[in-house]
Amino acid sequence: MVNTLQQVWDVLEAVPDPEIPVVSIRELGILRDVRHVEGGVEVIITPTYSGCPAMGQIEDDIRAALAQHQLSARITTQLAPAWTTDWMTAAAKTKLRSYGIVPPHTTTPGSDKVIRFAPRHQAAEAVACPQCGSVNTTETSHFGSTACKALYKCLDCLEPFDYFKPY
Amino acid sequence: MKTVEAPVGTRTAALGYLLHLADNALVLGQRNAEWCGNGPVLEEDIALANMSLDLIGQARLLYQHAAVVAGEGVTEDSLAYFRDATDFRNYTLLELPHSSDTSERDYAVTIVRNFLYSALMLLLWEGLQKSKDAQLAAIAGKSFKEVRYHFRHSRDWLVRLGDGTAESRARTQAALEHLMPYTQEYWAPSAIETVADTEGRAIDAAALKREWDDLVNDALQEAGLQRPAPGTGLPQGKNGQHSDHLAPLLAEMQSLARAHPNALW
Repeated sequence: MVNTLQQVWDVLEAVPDPEIPVVSIRELGILRDVRHVEGGVEVIITPTYSGCPAMGQIEDDIRAALAQHQLSARITTQLAPAWTTDWMTAAAKTKLRSYGIVPPHTTTPGSDKVIRFAPRHQAAEAVACPQCGSVNTTETSHFGSTACKALYKCLDCLEPFDYFKPY
Repeated sequence: MKTVEAPVGTRTAALGYLLHLADNALVLGQRNAEWCGNGPVLEEDIALANMSLDLIGQARLLYQHAAVVAGEGVTEDSLAYFRDATDFRNYTLLELPHSSDTSERDYAVTIVRNFLYSALMLLLWEGLQKSKDAQLAAIAGKSFKEVRYHFRHSRDWLVRLGDGTAESRARTQAALEHLMPYTQEYWAPSAIETVADTEGRAIDAAALKREWDDLVNDALQEAGLQRPAPGTGLPQGKNGQHSDHLAPLLAEMQSLARAHPNALW
């Protein structure tokens, strides 16, 4: 039984995120748990954003990956605790940057309060360009190619790039 | 669904409150999606589509939960696609078109509405994380993270438009005059909200008014805009009495599902 759980973990370790395939669903924190339930194994996943259109694809990918190894599991989507970018592993953040997406800063306790009244007084966090490393960058739009990313531009090398927003 | 009749029971209140929240998210998500392909600039086109995706995602989670509460073969799709305008429980504010005297699709109207609504939801989702309905609390936890970005987006644009050209300022002030009276609906609790609040599922929105006022006044001051008088009418969208604008919006949204019931894709 223990072997089965480990096998499932090992297989799912290799399942990539459909949108950002350089990182796995485990590294992003979407894969929350694998556990025994009556009659088999249950895989717990959690959505990033409420409307993330990749969740159905992720379930299909999990099933397909397990089936390749003659394994199966019940997949359960769990909302709480709510997904946070703080769950991303250090390895995932490194991979994101080399892929051209600036990884999220750590969310700071109480930041939800600050954003209400005085976003303008907040010191802008340095978002370093993934191409040239310059911190002389500017936000073009809060919303980039997907809801989880903001669009930035480097003022030195002039390349546009995505920043994975803290969530 | 039948029209809600007093007295409101526990189950009616639980279901009605979830539908109120879900309908709010769905109707605004659908309305704002009208900008898709029509945005004033590409970045805003994408931003509004992203926020609609968040709102429709929140609506789905709420409808899925409501379907469990309702039982009897109700599904998220039957709630979204097979109820008529009089069954919807969204605020009237959210169904109004983007039009103004100046333009058929006025971005100032879009921004002001998003601002007035996201300022409320920032407070409401924050409080609902403590709802006795554990699934609603979980949905609130996710939605709160998302609405912070919606609020930031609309607030930034409100300031930019108010503090912009004479044209953008005039349009934004006009949008405020037009939409502010509709926010009166936030503060008059419906029978469903009252029961759901008493049972610890809901938040008394009226108790959030002072904080909402602070959020609004702070932004208006920075934008150099005048806060209009609240107005005297009381919209009744959350009680099922809507403007003429909801039915055409739903007709468009529901037409595919109704033409092909039980279709899968």
